[in-house]
Amino acid sequence: MAENGAAMKSLRILLAAAALSASAWAETPLNVSAATSLRDVLTEIKTLYLHDHPDVAVTMNFAGSGAIQRQIENGAPVDVFVSASRREIFALEKKDLLVRDSIRNVVRNTLVLIVPKENTAVHSFADLAKPEVRHIAIGEPRTVSVGTYTVETFAYLKLTSALAPKLVNLLDVGQVLTNVGTGDADAGVVYVTDARRSAKVRIAATAEAKMHQLILYPCAIPKASAHQPAARNFIAFLVSPAARAVFEQQGFLPPP
Amino acid sequence: MSLTPLRLSLQTALCATLLAFLAGLLCARWRLDRRGPASAVLDALFMLPIALPPSVVGLVLLLIFGRSSPLGEMLARLGWSIIFTWPATVLASFVVAFPIMYQSARGAFRQIEPSLLDAARVFGRSEWSILWKIMLPVAWPGIAAGAILSFLRALGEFGATLMIAGNIPGRTATAPVAIFFAVEADERREAIILSAALLAISLVAIALLNRLHRPSI
Repeated sequence: MAENGAAMKSLRILLAAAALSASAWAETPLNVSAATSLRDVLTEIKTLYLHDHPDVAVTMNFAGSGAIQRQIENGAPVDVFVSASRREIFALEKKDLLVRDSIRNVVRNTLVLIVPKENTAVHSFADLAKPEVRHIAIGEPRTVSVGTYTVETFAYLKLTSALAPKLVNLLDVGQVLTNVGTGDADAGVVYVTDARRSAKVRIAATAEAKMHQLILYPCAIPKASAHQPAARNFIAFLVSPAARAVFEQQGFLPPP
Repeated sequence: MSLTPLRLSLQTALCATLLAFLAGLLCARWRLDRRGPASAVLDALFMLPIALPPSVVGLVLLLIFGRSSPLGEMLARLGWSIIFTWPATVLASFVVAFPIMYQSARGAFRQIEPSLLDAARVFGRSEWSILWKIMLPVAWPGIAAGAILSFLRALGEFGATLMIAGNIPGRTATAPVAIFFAVEADERREAIILSAALLAISLVAIALLNRLHRPSI
């Protein structure tokens, strides 16, 4: 009898496990593609979101905003796109690839000049013209938002031609941060939220808002998304006070 | 749109092939008659770059030559930082082209009749002279084929190049790197023109390769 009870118990456990995995199959998958500069903050926000929405399986994919735009144009199954500039969202909207009125502004950011911690020579953007600064790491201006804001800032400061031979165009903001951290690049331009994550770099200068276009992170739902209700729900969470608190804690600014 | 990436690519691939040719030849000669576990390990080490993903090759080169490594730091103090410079593109291409040259040269040398070399030794030729005057001419088709394959591999190098040389238009942006960024930026025309040019160069090289393999009687 006792043996029988044990058998029943293990059967019940098996059944419960089967029911659990069945509910796992019923989860809504949600693919979120976002600019690399959002990696840490969105990972944290995802944890918060999943706490209240255990029925959603969020997959995060981080790349340069231009690269994600290209992926969406080529039919990638993206449910939510968070870009680091309005350029990509405008371009997708023009091609009629976004769900109408799904666009929301999430946060703003600030552009900073960083140098390796041990560097003592650079204290302003103008110092980049000094001969000891040989390589300046920036995002590739055509596809990486931070690179676009960077060349706008250099143009505003009339440094474009002086700095042109020193610029190394990299794949995304993460690669800029890494290469300045290792000292392989003598300086780089990233967002303040990236600079704060690395102990190996020093912020040498902060670009003023008038030097470049507004650094705004808009998000939208691509038309190809098969999970639009879940995507809308996730975006609503991104602009909620709970998510905003996490953004602001990591140095992002509220949208205008 | 300019053809500078193509010129850079050819310069890089030619330089890397020349270096791989010399290094591959000498290493193949050096290891030719050696056997044993130490030789097997060295052999594996020489062939490793061809088996590794380009990202691993790039990482290893960064770890060796990057500013945060002891060697990189020392070179930087001498004013020779290699990361993000044109020589870095040559280095990345050389590292992946070398195993092909080494393998081809070793295979070609092994085909040589040993008695031919013994005869030369009896007549008092130095090993150096035997290498250049006898082994190289006799093994030439195999070695030339190895050089062409090395050139093609060097020309196509992308991943490690991007990691250690970055993308500096006119200096380190070789054709494969320029094509990648052109596609990302939706500059299709630029990407297609550069790709077509690479395709043409590769076809010519493959035609040359096939001529070498044609039995010449």
